[in-house]
Amino acid sequence: MSENPIREALQEAINDHPVILFMKGTPEQPMCGFSARTVAALDALGSPYAAVDVLPDPRIRQELSAISNWPTIPQLFVKGELVGGCDIVTEMYETGELAQTLGLQQPAETAAPSGAQPSAAPLTPENRL
Amino acid sequence: MPTTDELKQRIETALPGSRAEVVDLTGGGDHFRATVVAGEFAGMSRIEQHRRVYAVFGGEIGGPIHALSLETRAE
Repeated sequence: MSENPIREALQEAINDHPVILFMKGTPEQPMCGFSARTVAALDALGSPYAAVDVLPDPRIRQELSAISNWPTIPQLFVKGELVGGCDIVTEMYETGELAQTLGLQQPAETAAPSGAQPSAAPLTPENRL
Repeated sequence: MPTTDELKQRIETALPGSRAEVVDLTGGGDHFRATVVAGEFAGMSRIEQHRRVYAVFGGEIGGPIHALSLETRAE
């Protein structure tokens, strides 16, 4: 048996899911404002992602932070790499970098993700190359 | 319970030449937001910049300091 099954399971989840969010609560019911804001940014881009609730067992959070060298929750990983927590993800959403990192189109409405549905955003041509 | 002044001072001491502004987000002394400008951030990724600031507080983050929201930049 492995010596640290929780850490190994976390590492496996990070490796297996191209986009994975470790958060407090679930995307449907976030238990912390920072997790909620991160979910809102991902949802605003329509990004598919796996989500892991760290609350059921304090060891999840402890082992996750040991892997990522990052002390807080949420933590977003893309292709096995830590992208950041709420501040970085929100900032990257606003600049369009998050869409780029996820290989998605930035929605025309780029206001801070509030969870509110943007009303029929106008289509604007965009060429970032 | 840490105060905004204490956090500001600890960041500025640990990162020589930096300027930090710290606000208490809830008034409860455990959810803070810090804006940190430091020359040494030049050439560092955002992740590395934030790690640098988090490292000042070590295990206190998630403990007595429940949340430390960060905005960092080089000059």
